[in-house]
Amino acid sequence: MEFEAIIGLEVHAQLLTDTKIFCGCSSKFGAAPNSHTCPVCLGMPGVLPVLNKKVVEYAVKMALATNCTINPTCEFARKNYFYPDLPKGYQISQYVYPLAEHGYVELEVNGGKKKIGITRIHMEEDAGKLLHDEYNPVSYVDLNRTGVPLIEIVSEPDIRSAEEAANYLKSLHEVLVYLEICDGNMEEGSFRCDANVSIRPKGQKEFGTRAELKNMNSFRNVQRALEYEIKRQQYIVENGGTVVQETRLWDDAQGATHSMRGKEEAHDYRYFPDPDLVPVIVDTAWIDRIRADMPELPQDKRERFIRYYQIPAYDAGVLTADKALAQYYEEVVAICAQPKQAANWLMGDVMKFLNEDRRTIRECPIIAASLAEMINLVEAGTISGKMAKDIVEEMYRSGKGPKEVIAEKGMVQITDRDTLIHTASVTVDEHPQQAADYRAGKEKLFGFFVGQIMKKTQGKANPQLVNEILKEILDKKND
Amino acid sequence: MELYQSTIHELHDKIKEGKTTATEITKAVLQRIDTVEGKVHSYIRVMKDEALAAAAATDKEITKGNIKLLSGIPIALKDIVCTKGITTTCGSYILHNFVPPYDATVVEKLRAAGAIFVGKANMDEFAMGSSTETSYFGPTRNPWDLECIPGGSSGGSAAAVAADECVASIGSDTGGSIRQPAALCGIVGMKPTYGRVSRFGLIAFASSLDQIGPFTKDVEDCAIMMNVLAGYDPKESTSVNVEVPDYRQFVGRDIKGWKVGIPKEYFVEGIDPEVKAAIEEAIKTMEKCGAKSVEISLPHTQYCLAVYYIIAPAEASSNLARYDGVKYGFRAPAAELLDMYKKTRMQGFGAEVKRRIMIGTYALSAGYYDAYYKKASQVRALIKRDFEEAFKKCDVILTPTTPTPAFKIGEKTDNPLQMYLSDIFTISANLAGIPGISVLCGFTKIGLPVGAQFLAGHFQEGKLIQVASVFEKEAQSEKRRPKL
Repeated sequence: MEFEAIIGLEVHAQLLTDTKIFCGCSSKFGAAPNSHTCPVCLGMPGVLPVLNKKVVEYAVKMALATNCTINPTCEFARKNYFYPDLPKGYQISQYVYPLAEHGYVELEVNGGKKKIGITRIHMEEDAGKLLHDEYNPVSYVDLNRTGVPLIEIVSEPDIRSAEEAANYLKSLHEVLVYLEICDGNMEEGSFRCDANVSIRPKGQKEFGTRAELKNMNSFRNVQRALEYEIKRQQYIVENGGTVVQETRLWDDAQGATHSMRGKEEAHDYRYFPDPDLVPVIVDTAWIDRIRADMPELPQDKRERFIRYYQIPAYDAGVLTADKALAQYYEEVVAICAQPKQAANWLMGDVMKFLNEDRRTIRECPIIAASLAEMINLVEAGTISGKMAKDIVEEMYRSGKGPKEVIAEKGMVQITDRDTLIHTASVTVDEHPQQAADYRAGKEKLFGFFVGQIMKKTQGKANPQLVNEILKEILDKKND
Repeated sequence: MELYQSTIHELHDKIKEGKTTATEITKAVLQRIDTVEGKVHSYIRVMKDEALAAAAATDKEITKGNIKLLSGIPIALKDIVCTKGITTTCGSYILHNFVPPYDATVVEKLRAAGAIFVGKANMDEFAMGSSTETSYFGPTRNPWDLECIPGGSSGGSAAAVAADECVASIGSDTGGSIRQPAALCGIVGMKPTYGRVSRFGLIAFASSLDQIGPFTKDVEDCAIMMNVLAGYDPKESTSVNVEVPDYRQFVGRDIKGWKVGIPKEYFVEGIDPEVKAAIEEAIKTMEKCGAKSVEISLPHTQYCLAVYYIIAPAEASSNLARYDGVKYGFRAPAAELLDMYKKTRMQGFGAEVKRRIMIGTYALSAGYYDAYYKKASQVRALIKRDFEEAFKKCDVILTPTTPTPAFKIGEKTDNPLQMYLSDIFTISANLAGIPGISVLCGFTKIGLPVGAQFLAGHFQEGKLIQVASVFEKEAQSEKRRPKL
């Protein structure tokens, strides 16, 4: 029997506001434990929350970017449960009236497009962190993260494979980072994902029993966990068993999911509207102001690159995956006016160096203007493509401009016709046997002569000119 | 008359005229506390040293001619408002050692107005009670009859004013916790409009109902206190930015032609005959003052108590979740987390608090939410509308504050439902968010005070000051004091 997977994802994204959602404490990551706290985020008696407006603005940006309907009025609710990292004994979240609903993102699937529905986007506060002593039976609480703003993005169960899930996640991640509302750092937990997954025989309408997967902290792990879980469920069903509804934790080391049995699952969160906060009213004027402040989104940028720069969809995809890279690319093209060449250099050599050094384009030692100048020098024939490769590497290592590197290395191409005619003639004369063979029809030997000339000129000879001249010399003597 | 018996405005005048000093007044009040506190037990903590230091500093300001509204006035704070560096217990063992690192907004405001804090007043644990008997620190007694309860939950604040252990005090009112003890102690107590006085630093019982207000010896003092307390606070989201009038200008203004609404639903079974008689007398007094009484209807009155006892415990069950032994306050020793939670809360909370946490948790549970919390919220909206309709027909509403005068200590502790009925006339104002004031309107034959409650529309505290001050002047010919 053939099965299909039904997957829905819940994504939590930390928002990049300077301060926390309900108090004035810094929301920066990495400070000394409990140094970013105050009576409000510590949940002391009698203190009250006041909403950070920036949180609403950032959340609205994501809602607009994912085609959601923004509710004119939304409401905060308390999610009640006991845990030491939750100082109030409840998390302020949204429940019945979220900020935004009914959106979607479009994914490229087998050349076509597929919409993944977004059920809702809501705002909430993050919890703190527990640090467990390795040697003693003691745990410590760090409440710096308590009250850091989050948005939760809940998808419809529209995803049908682990790969599609990873693509959906990458798409959300890309948009969040583009909007500059989330740093997207999965290791530090500023972008987190839980998954609901079930399987059903292909053609069946009803959903199967789902499992909730947690603890997947990279795109790869999400994909691996889902692949594992789909196989696990399929195995159970094929062997006559039934899938149990439960929460399962992904174990990266073992490459498997394990049931998280016990009390954690028996939660009744007793949601109710938070009486300490008033309903949030988001009117159209506010939405318009937020919309006006939004950057071009990745998908729009991709389409514009294909249309305007006439580059392949693949190139446009790579170049727009990172907003800073796209900006760099556009700066280069603005100067050299050679979109395809610029794309090749950027995606080829430059990216290779950056990846090797684990750098981002922001940290690239080659400034956009230098790369553009280098491309122009190739186009003008001042340097050959092969020379350019060395020059770019040197530019990357030293941070110098192309002309400076060329001058230092004496790497200017030999384009003087007479010089090259002389070199070519000498070369042919030095290899009479090969010349005879070539003329007898062994045309492959043409490359041999080119190689010899390049060797003699230390690669500085203009290859086009060498071809031309060599042909003339070899063919002439044949007459 | 002794200094400690004086009102705010009398003392203010004396300070202005140079006839007394902050230190003299504070010493007089502290002396009075020494004399009667053993009988009344109004306080969880008397702040003797802090008060004397503050009085000395105030006197320096006074000599510079810097006399503020409450300069040198000894004031008691219900131990539910947080005071920086001073233990704030909320009447509970679970917070018996909690020292807040911040002041409540009202504390900041009172201090800025020159007030001298003389102590933290006793209260029902977490403000849950109508008699101040649920305090971990033992009951407060009614200064008019030490066998009787002073009312609650702000019983310590009310008794302190009635026993002259302070000049005025701060209470909080979630279902009647200012007005009911004010009535039973024969003083003035006001619950302002929800959002009028900042709740920041008020330890939450039921967030959508809680409101801070003053206890005073007369209505003019109430106006002065409201001038200090009222106003928008950016630290509270439910605080309302409505202009604060000078409440003192309403004192003594005539009420000729006013319509005083008498809700027919409030004069049914269960009212003590002497209370009923006193209110009927009050209606006549109002008419003597030129007002007209009109019968009005608040049709959803019968549901108030039920609605309240779902919403208040539901919110409380969540508000009190933070007392888990992890961060501050009492922690019971235990080997593991769940055990620590259970033991801390079992040992740290008293019976009434645990009862309400249970009720509230139940009302919010999956499968019951719609039938209880949601339904109660819907009925609450109807109760609010009742008042909106009623205030189209009258300027203020007059009711008894309580169905009975003060009852004996221990009389109702075994019967929570009977205890809950003490707040039957006061709860509706909290549900509707409207302001209310209780003033003395007479005494029973055995000499226990009876209170009259006036209610007005949202942000109409001025009207309440006006009607209560006129009523006070007309009704109270003789000034009685409790014999202690």
